[in-house]
Amino acid sequence: MSIDTSKVATSNADTAATAKKPNPIGAIASWADDRLGLATSQKKMVRKVFPEHWSFMLGEIALWSFIVLLLTGTFLTLWFNPSMGEVQYNGSYDQLRGIHMSEAFASTLNISFDVRGGLLMRQMHHWSAMLFIAAMMVHLMRVFFTGAHRKPRELNWVIGCLLLLLGTLEGFTGYSLPDDLLSGTGIRAADGFIKSQPVVGTYMSFFLFNGEFPGESIIPRLYVVHILLIPGILLALIAAHMLLLVYHKHTQWPGPGRTEQNVVGYPLMPVYAAKAGGFFFIVFGVTALMGGLLSINPVWKYGPYDPSKVTAGSQPDWYMGWPDGALRIMPGWESTIGPYTLSWNVLLPIIVLPVVAFTILLLLPFVEQWITGDKREHHLLQRPRNAPTRTAVMVALMTFYGLMWAAGGNDIIAIVFDLSINQITYFMRAAVFIGPVIAFFITRRWCISLQRADNDRLLHGYESGIIMRSTEGGYSERHLPINEGAAFTLTSRDRDEVYVPSSATDSNGVAAPGGRLEALRARLSAGWFGHNVQKPTKAELDEGHAHAEHEHELQVGLDHPADGHQFDGHHTVDEESLRGH
Amino acid sequence: MSSHDEHAVEVVGDRTPDTEPLADPGHPAHKWRPTDVDERLERRAERQVATLFALSGLCSVLFVVSYFVFDIGEVVTTVGGFGASNLALGLTLGGALLFGGVGAIHWARKLMADQEMVEARHAIASPPEDREVTVAGFNTGLEESGIARRPLIRNSLLGALGVLALPVPVVLLRDLGPLPGDALKSTIWEPGMRVVRDVTGTPIRPSDLQFGDLVNAEPAALFEVDEQGEPLIEGAQLQTEKAKGAVILVRIEPEDITPGEGREDWGVDGILCYSKICTHVGCPISLYERTTHHVLCPCHQSTFDLADSARVMFGPAARPLPQLPLDVDSDGYLVARSDFDEPVGPSFWERDSR
Repeated sequence: MSIDTSKVATSNADTAATAKKPNPIGAIASWADDRLGLATSQKKMVRKVFPEHWSFMLGEIALWSFIVLLLTGTFLTLWFNPSMGEVQYNGSYDQLRGIHMSEAFASTLNISFDVRGGLLMRQMHHWSAMLFIAAMMVHLMRVFFTGAHRKPRELNWVIGCLLLLLGTLEGFTGYSLPDDLLSGTGIRAADGFIKSQPVVGTYMSFFLFNGEFPGESIIPRLYVVHILLIPGILLALIAAHMLLLVYHKHTQWPGPGRTEQNVVGYPLMPVYAAKAGGFFFIVFGVTALMGGLLSINPVWKYGPYDPSKVTAGSQPDWYMGWPDGALRIMPGWESTIGPYTLSWNVLLPIIVLPVVAFTILLLLPFVEQWITGDKREHHLLQRPRNAPTRTAVMVALMTFYGLMWAAGGNDIIAIVFDLSINQITYFMRAAVFIGPVIAFFITRRWCISLQRADNDRLLHGYESGIIMRSTEGGYSERHLPINEGAAFTLTSRDRDEVYVPSSATDSNGVAAPGGRLEALRARLSAGWFGHNVQKPTKAELDEGHAHAEHEHELQVGLDHPADGHQFDGHHTVDEESLRGH
Repeated sequence: MSSHDEHAVEVVGDRTPDTEPLADPGHPAHKWRPTDVDERLERRAERQVATLFALSGLCSVLFVVSYFVFDIGEVVTTVGGFGASNLALGLTLGGALLFGGVGAIHWARKLMADQEMVEARHAIASPPEDREVTVAGFNTGLEESGIARRPLIRNSLLGALGVLALPVPVVLLRDLGPLPGDALKSTIWEPGMRVVRDVTGTPIRPSDLQFGDLVNAEPAALFEVDEQGEPLIEGAQLQTEKAKGAVILVRIEPEDITPGEGREDWGVDGILCYSKICTHVGCPISLYERTTHHVLCPCHQSTFDLADSARVMFGPAARPLPQLPLDVDSDGYLVARSDFDEPVGPSFWERDSR
């Protein structure tokens, strides 16, 4: 599609550049194309259209944080020594000089105090890791709330979930490396988690640590996992995630001219090259400012790891907070089976719960699809209110996560708010079950109310703020129709269809195979969509408009337009003057 | 990807013009920006972008200057609590990147063509004829390989792959670590080993402890040295033994103590000794409240009553802290009467809890 550039700022050439004489860039491009055939494969990519919305930027933050992680992490590997061999520290930091510690910790101090820019890179690396996982989680919520996980993008959802899981593990292996008191405490707890697994627990622990905790092998082993294994998989999965994004083309919000068959937005060259490229530098720059201004993980204050020491208020990085909360509020249950011990108090919150939670996350698109029976392709996004049950499910999950996360800080909450840690814990034990249920129903009703409000705007217009007095002396607020584009956008959504099983019994009255499952599916589907408000039909809309026009007729005779909204953008100002003067 | 862009997507859902309340008014008309129609504003935007890029360059220069100007080392408190070098490098690098990024985006927003373009979507699925060709090709390949007609080859191949894939990597990983054996069931404590202070390694007399005191202690073996004064246990072995052998000594008024069954004589003058390693996931417990005799683990808040055999009062731990029976040796110092009578630290499968 060619576009009108007649008036575009003239500093941009409005005609295609034609090579008048051979230029070096053209020559390089030809050389490359002769060998790679790039022109054919990239011909559509160069001007590929991406739709624009602020929420599409969340995943981009994750992507760019990952690049920052690769760059700063590579810098750190040049000095970090992943060894648990004992050395005496002789570096610049006075308070630890002469202390025995592992080479890992000594080299971390060296990076922080004796390598110029080392502390900056360490802090940038840690901050961008925080940002990476936070951005992935917010991006995941955006995708689910807007229905971008629906067909054909389910597999990209699965890849995204794997990225979140691996990112979390990458974070854990990373903050365990400096071998300071806090990270060692984290590994100590991880050893306890591993040992809680029935039958294989102690074996797994001995294989991982090369013997008894802590041994000499765990940091070199975590190091190779942290700098090679997981980043390699992350890189491959991110590549797959991006390729699928390009192949599927990005989803877009509904609006005038936007359909399931097209994508409306700006071209990669030059707009998104500049915007996304510029955004990379912004994410990088913000990380640099954080690294320069905000202290993070000051390991020199914690000192080297000593298994007989610990500090009060020990907390993992934020993304490990929620299973830690589960661990804290779990009652101390343990069973004995013959000569064997099963530690439910560790196994359930830290091994079983995360696995179950991750499985639920992974299956969400497939479960939703099965319940709704919606196997169609979707490229137009939904507003969260237009899928009330789905939105409520995610809010319930978020509530569960948030309560668990708060429980992970029960000691901090107790100190800051001067509360009893015991009471906080007892409260949380109930709240993690009750909270999500309450959140689910509130969210669902809230969404449905918003749907009603949308329909009111469609049928009766927006509230103009103009109070009319009728001849009888009654007062009413005048409603004015919303503009055509906004009205179309509101109606640009599917009508929900409750799933109906093809037939419960065949002609002989014999139950169809899977009849009970189908009946369950139909019930779930009815529950899923049951209370949703559907958009008005054409007849309803016409009736609503006729009603509005009738009201307007009653108001004729005014010597000036009564709405007062000519100049606020609600409708056109052509051929109107203020107050008719 | 680009080979079948031309396939139209089937109409999705029920959105046909007949059922829709409103017709699509179509893509809204483009509005020119001020910078498109006003040459003065256009030039101003151009200058703004160039200024941002220049600021970026300036910050980069300042970054290099800061790298050489500011000392590092023991100067973390030079400027308002931050290392001067770290602060300057962070601000200049941040500036160099942010100004560049903001400049690029400003350029895109103000000066690059801003007309929305429409691109048709293609069907995600391959066209049926492509599927047929691929499936047919695959089937032909299978046919030509004769794998279906030669079950002997197929089965021996699958068998060989199975033998290769399952046991070989597992066997190769066997040397990751030793088998647990009974390693977790004992510690370095043995009868007559002195209980010493954890930092200095000095032995402790019962009279050194006041009522209400809590002392962090270690087995004396961790501080033993050879003739040259070199420690006998160091490095990883020291850490491992510490991780199991660390204890706390606490002195409680004898009338407050509820001794456990068979543990009536495990204390000395109200001094009791417990494992310092939490039975939940293994953090060293440390926060002691002398009025209640409770000790709290700072990791997950398990609370133990030291006057009552370290019974679990609160929190996720399932078992009391193991108790070390105490005695006094001929020199009047506290010693262990034996090793712990149960494994210390977090529970594990082979641990016999009875």
